[in-house]
Amino acid sequence: MGPVPGVEGFMYPNEVELQWSLLIVLYPYITGLVAGAFILASLERVFRVKAVKPTYRLALLTALAFLLVAPLPLQLHLGHPERSFAMFLTPHRSSAMAMFGFVYLWYLLVVLLAEIWLDYRADIVRMATVETGWRRWLYRVLTLGSMNVSEQARAVDERVGYWITIIGIPSAFLLHGYVGFIFGSVKANAWWSTPLMPIVFLFSAMVSGIAAVMLLYMAAMRLQGRKLDMLCLDTIARYLFYVFLIDFSLEMLDLVHRIYEADESFRSLDFMVHSRLWTSQVVVQILLGTCVPLLLLASVLLFRFSETARKHIYVVAGILTLVGIFAMRWNVVIGGQLFSKSYLGYTSYKLDFATREGLLPAIVLMLLPFAILWVLVKLLPPWKPEEEGRDGVCAVAS
Amino acid sequence: MKGRWQNSIHLIRPAAVFLAGLVLFLVVRVFVVPPTFGQFGHYRGAVLDEIRALPVKYAGQQACAACHEEETHLKSKGKHASVACETCHGPAAQHAEDPGSVRPGKPEETALCAGCHEMDAAKPKWFPQVNTKEHMAGMRCLECHPAHDPAP
Repeated sequence: MGPVPGVEGFMYPNEVELQWSLLIVLYPYITGLVAGAFILASLERVFRVKAVKPTYRLALLTALAFLLVAPLPLQLHLGHPERSFAMFLTPHRSSAMAMFGFVYLWYLLVVLLAEIWLDYRADIVRMATVETGWRRWLYRVLTLGSMNVSEQARAVDERVGYWITIIGIPSAFLLHGYVGFIFGSVKANAWWSTPLMPIVFLFSAMVSGIAAVMLLYMAAMRLQGRKLDMLCLDTIARYLFYVFLIDFSLEMLDLVHRIYEADESFRSLDFMVHSRLWTSQVVVQILLGTCVPLLLLASVLLFRFSETARKHIYVVAGILTLVGIFAMRWNVVIGGQLFSKSYLGYTSYKLDFATREGLLPAIVLMLLPFAILWVLVKLLPPWKPEEEGRDGVCAVAS
Repeated sequence: MKGRWQNSIHLIRPAAVFLAGLVLFLVVRVFVVPPTFGQFGHYRGAVLDEIRALPVKYAGQQACAACHEEETHLKSKGKHASVACETCHGPAAQHAEDPGSVRPGKPEETALCAGCHEMDAAKPKWFPQVNTKEHMAGMRCLECHPAHDPAP
């Protein structure tokens, strides 16, 4: 241990304290959940995977709930949230970070809100007529003044919604690929600087989003005492496995490439992985958060399990996946700041609790999307009443 | 054709909401963005004049040398040759304007010296640096190291 607490070896003075905190870990985690949830929704809409239909609307609402929270960790980290408006007023086209606002707005307004509105329009119009009090007024505002939900009008909505989803897929890729690009383009940081970073972020986003919606679907059905649509669940789990396999392959490709290339940063990074990042990277991210869920999901494809066993396997695999992807974000963001650019020293990250960037605001920010989702599900029930009773696809009691 | 139009017309409503938002944003932008923004680069052009209008606080090395010949000569031969007078003595433009009535404050020497010479592993080995707590032993820096020619 050197003279500065938490520092070993040689650090430049500006490296001793980590500038990007837990909140910056949350930011790619939350945007990843948004992109992943939307990709799952597009499976049904564009790729016609009808089995996942019961989760289509839930996935859209999940994406919206998390998207609304996505900029908050950044606002809290930077302070002065009112200044963020300046990036719209005077856009800086050569800054990837400054362009985030436009990527975000595009995704929120043109993709998510438009698609949700089009898909829910018939329900909104129906509720604007049957509801009473403030809810009636709310739905009337949401109809935007159009009560036409004839079959032909719905067909138009369906066609436009389809095209919005088609635009939405590259937009979701852009949203999260951009987050990976922010890290991957930092050429001074050997831990981050790889062109694989955006694509690794993208696939890990899909993994986390699919796992999150799978768990939310199971939780929602359980809360309402409804039967799960096992065909839907099995299909989601199968896609989760495939995407996870690609994600894992890409991450291992990056790792193998680094080991084989062994450039000037390798000894330092290798030491870091074997010391300060051992638990979070090797144990939590790779073993518990990737290998175990992959084996669990593969076992369902290889062997025959009862329905109850499969449900338990999906819950364990889903939770481990979410923990593993969180650990991946942690290892990228925090790991990239633990070693010196001189490759001769290491610092450590001390997490505070009730400070602006501490554990408490991080927990609140992580719970906030679930609160928003709860409100959204109450206002816009994801399961249509006419499907009630059909294979566990049911209406939310509102 | 008419039926198709009637069944598509509701799509104009969200488009109109987006458009209204966009127009509102553009109107707000006209009022909020300073007129000289982007004049010279990605900043407010008028800020240059505003900065230019700020009172000058530092007199500069030449102004000091004009009166304090002895100290300037001593310093120019010592290890602090590259350190400007006002680095230690503070901004002295007002003193240069009116030497009789405005005198620069006296620096708090221990903290000032430690600012550069406190031991830090990140500094180059050749740079003189000490652990002040151990090194000072109750003495003042200037008792051993005259500031204008500090060696040894």
